[in-house]
Amino acid sequence: MLRWQLSPVTLIPTFLGMVCVLTSGAFATAADYGIPQVATINEKIRQGWEDYGISPSPEEMDTVWARRLFLDVLGRVPSVDELSEFSRDRSRDKKKNLVDRLLFDEKYTEEYARNWTTVWTNVLIGRNGGTANNSQISRAGMQKYLRDTFARNTHYDKMVEELVSATGANTPGMPGFNGAVNFYMDKLDEDGVQATAKTAQIFLGLQVQCTQCHNHPFNEWKQEKFWNMNAFFRQTRAMRGQMPGNANNGMRAMTLNNVDFMGEGRNIDNAEIYYELRNGLLKVAYPEFLDGQKIPTSGRISQVNRRDELAKFIVGSDNLQEAIVNRYWGHFLGYGFTKPVDDMGPHNRPTHPELLTYLGQELRENSFDLKQLIRWITLSEAYSLSSKITKGNALDDPTVGEPPKFSHFYLRQMQAEQLYESLLIATQAHKTRGNYEEQEKKKSEWMQQFVTAFGTDEGDEATTFNGTIPQALMMFNGDLVMDAVSTKPGSFIYTMAAEGQDGKEAINHLYMATIARRPTRKEVDAANYLIGIHKGDTAKALQDVFWALLNSNEFILNH
Amino acid sequence: MSFLPEGMTRRHFMSHLAGASAMVAPSLMMGNAIQANAQELKKQGKSCIMLWMGGGPSTMDLWDLKPGMNTGGPFRPISTKGDMQISEHLPKVAQVMDELSIVRSMSTREADHGRGRYYMHTGYVPNPNIEHPSYGSVIAHEMATERSDLEIPPFVSVGGGSVGPGFLGMSWAPFTVSSNGQVRNLGGLKNWGNDTLTSRLGMLQMIESGFVSQNRGPAAVDHAKILDKTVKLMKSEQMKAFRVNEEPEQMKELYGNDSFGRGCLLARRLVEAGVPFVEVDLGGWDNHQNIFTTLSDNKLPVLDRAMSALVTDLKQRGLLESTTIVWMGEFSRTPRINGNTGRDHWARSWSTVVGGGGIKGGLAIGETSSDGTAVETEPYSSEDLMATVIRAMGISLDTTFTSKSGRPMKIANGGKLIKDLIA
Repeated sequence: MLRWQLSPVTLIPTFLGMVCVLTSGAFATAADYGIPQVATINEKIRQGWEDYGISPSPEEMDTVWARRLFLDVLGRVPSVDELSEFSRDRSRDKKKNLVDRLLFDEKYTEEYARNWTTVWTNVLIGRNGGTANNSQISRAGMQKYLRDTFARNTHYDKMVEELVSATGANTPGMPGFNGAVNFYMDKLDEDGVQATAKTAQIFLGLQVQCTQCHNHPFNEWKQEKFWNMNAFFRQTRAMRGQMPGNANNGMRAMTLNNVDFMGEGRNIDNAEIYYELRNGLLKVAYPEFLDGQKIPTSGRISQVNRRDELAKFIVGSDNLQEAIVNRYWGHFLGYGFTKPVDDMGPHNRPTHPELLTYLGQELRENSFDLKQLIRWITLSEAYSLSSKITKGNALDDPTVGEPPKFSHFYLRQMQAEQLYESLLIATQAHKTRGNYEEQEKKKSEWMQQFVTAFGTDEGDEATTFNGTIPQALMMFNGDLVMDAVSTKPGSFIYTMAAEGQDGKEAINHLYMATIARRPTRKEVDAANYLIGIHKGDTAKALQDVFWALLNSNEFILNH
Repeated sequence: MSFLPEGMTRRHFMSHLAGASAMVAPSLMMGNAIQANAQELKKQGKSCIMLWMGGGPSTMDLWDLKPGMNTGGPFRPISTKGDMQISEHLPKVAQVMDELSIVRSMSTREADHGRGRYYMHTGYVPNPNIEHPSYGSVIAHEMATERSDLEIPPFVSVGGGSVGPGFLGMSWAPFTVSSNGQVRNLGGLKNWGNDTLTSRLGMLQMIESGFVSQNRGPAAVDHAKILDKTVKLMKSEQMKAFRVNEEPEQMKELYGNDSFGRGCLLARRLVEAGVPFVEVDLGGWDNHQNIFTTLSDNKLPVLDRAMSALVTDLKQRGLLESTTIVWMGEFSRTPRINGNTGRDHWARSWSTVVGGGGIKGGLAIGETSSDGTAVETEPYSSEDLMATVIRAMGISLDTTFTSKSGRPMKIANGGKLIKDLIA
């Protein structure tokens, strides 16, 4: 089944690769849509291919590329109508037009915001954050903040500043509500160790958690730096809050406040903290950013607001721009320039350092507008390539530990949330959804079946939605899929069969709705055979075909 | 119109579509003939149960007490049936310590939860370029041929996430279930019957083989194996092993009416059914504050009841000599008691517990200094412990895997045996 097949298709890239070696730069220029950042990405990625003597896979077919784009930008597959609309665009800029539509057309604002809210909620508070009954976090509050942020396209520097310096009430409906506070709400125990570690990891791409207790064995961070950074969080308190009236909505209402910090030496004008070396000696630390910038040591809020100052340092740091570029590159291409994306530094060299630096600078130049970053990445040549591995790029295999060279698109499991939204779209069940909160609650409940917590104070967790048996069982028999393939009156399949579409058209439709391509001749024959054995009961046959499509690799993978 | 000859049966249709792939055909030919051998094979087969203590339990307060020292904490040691003393809050476990041994000279370097979890599960420190397989995946992989009759996944993780199969591939991933043994979404077959399943799998096979033959890499290939295993599992009588709630009340009480107790009872059922590796998770050991009350009032009673019940129950059923038990967390906690009456992360000197099949019980291996801050005898690492367990299961330590990049990887990272433990 897996035997390598030498076919003309696989020979073409090899041939191109040879030409390239002979006459460097003889590649046809990939489309850059007149966008300089896209041109630079293409150039730098191609440089990597030339350096390693590999050739890219051919370009993916347009509809499959569009499916990718919908999944990565909106968190769901495209509908058949959306694919048809895209196919009708015959212009050279059809891809750019689609990217711009998903990013800038009002029609997609809510879905764009929903998807990035999901992504960032998981980054900031995890899949479990705020799901336990007595949690200090309001997941709904976190989501509301993020939804507003992405719906308004608040630029990233502003968003980070708001998160790092947030004060206010955590739950929607509370006076002084500011959903951003939920990021730090459960991270302040033990003198804010988690707040320190997560701030560095998420916004600066630095994993410093080990340096809490000792100098890091292989990155530059020293224990002192950890506690210098930690000192910024000592004016922050999470306190029990009150919902208006008697309402508590089953939530634990909390507020995040800044309060004067006396200092562990009990001198508020020089509010120091102490930390312990491995040998038991105590050392003193003051707020100091990683590059050595300091602020006055007073603990009085009226004189120095430590988190406000930290937010400014972070926003001014080069680490901010490179960490976010790396995270977004990883989101769209399957691998970041480092693995993992939030562990950067001299111990973990990026695969394309110049490109990372360049994109970081460009993002800052463009006011940290994440939509521009998304445009540059999704319109790049690397994002357009097929996931079929060719002889010319079989060596480019990050699954075996090779640094990714982005010469073909890397397969990846759909995230559970993407699959959920995609199932609704593919079956048009989204048309009868409740209000936003109800929808999110339902999705969150469904998600919980795939999340396991690790029983640590850091709230580590894993998702078992990863292509293994529980996922397969869910796709075989789960409620969502059963509903999707239902033939009851009003269902997708019932309607299609009732509208008198002949088998052929309906089967095409199912293929486009799920895997964004038409069936092959062989697949059409097989589907027709099924119609035959169901003695003309088209709905039953369509049900089988639909079920098979939803369970296929081609559906559950982003490819 | 059809490409199939007149009168072709469904099964022919399937095998026609399936082509060279093995995905559908075997799952449809699931008979009882194979199961007849199950009893015979199981006797030879060994199993392993790992009790995973997420968060890093303070082993100084459990297995290696330092009474009277300023690092020692308030707990008193008590005598056991083995040749060592343990915490007064583990009285039931003390009665079965002749079957278990403590390794008091563990010394590791990973004091971060994520890194420690990975290292203790795989024997390798985390490396961004390669993912190593965990205990369960390694053992499941090595026992696979012997357990060809097994339709339950060979690596079950109860109530926890464990660590994945790394380069061995997703078909060796942990099958994660909740401690009550509930397997979600198992019931579809009742609703649609065999003919429907046959048609659907045939169609699916057609779509899959097209995609896989286009050379998309290992994830695509693995999916076919997963689907095959899933079909087997849906049809299997062996899944009864998961119905832990059908155990007699008395048995449930013995293990404890909490999720860890239920998880350990489920582990015993799974081992009985021939599953070679079960991991049971008990989290909540990340005790940076109020450690002593948390341990004495909550964690230790739960652990004491379930762990002692598991050993006793396995023994009474004659399964203990073929079932190796490993108790461990990602690291231990600082000897120094911090300002919040807690202990922080500490990996330099700590304990793990092993026993059962292939392991000598009743021993305390190695020693730490009088205040518990250093190992004073030969130190043991994660890979040493793993090698010892692997060997106890009858798996050769010469086993070498080839990672996807072609790099040879020694089983248990070439760890050395803790010789005194080998029965």
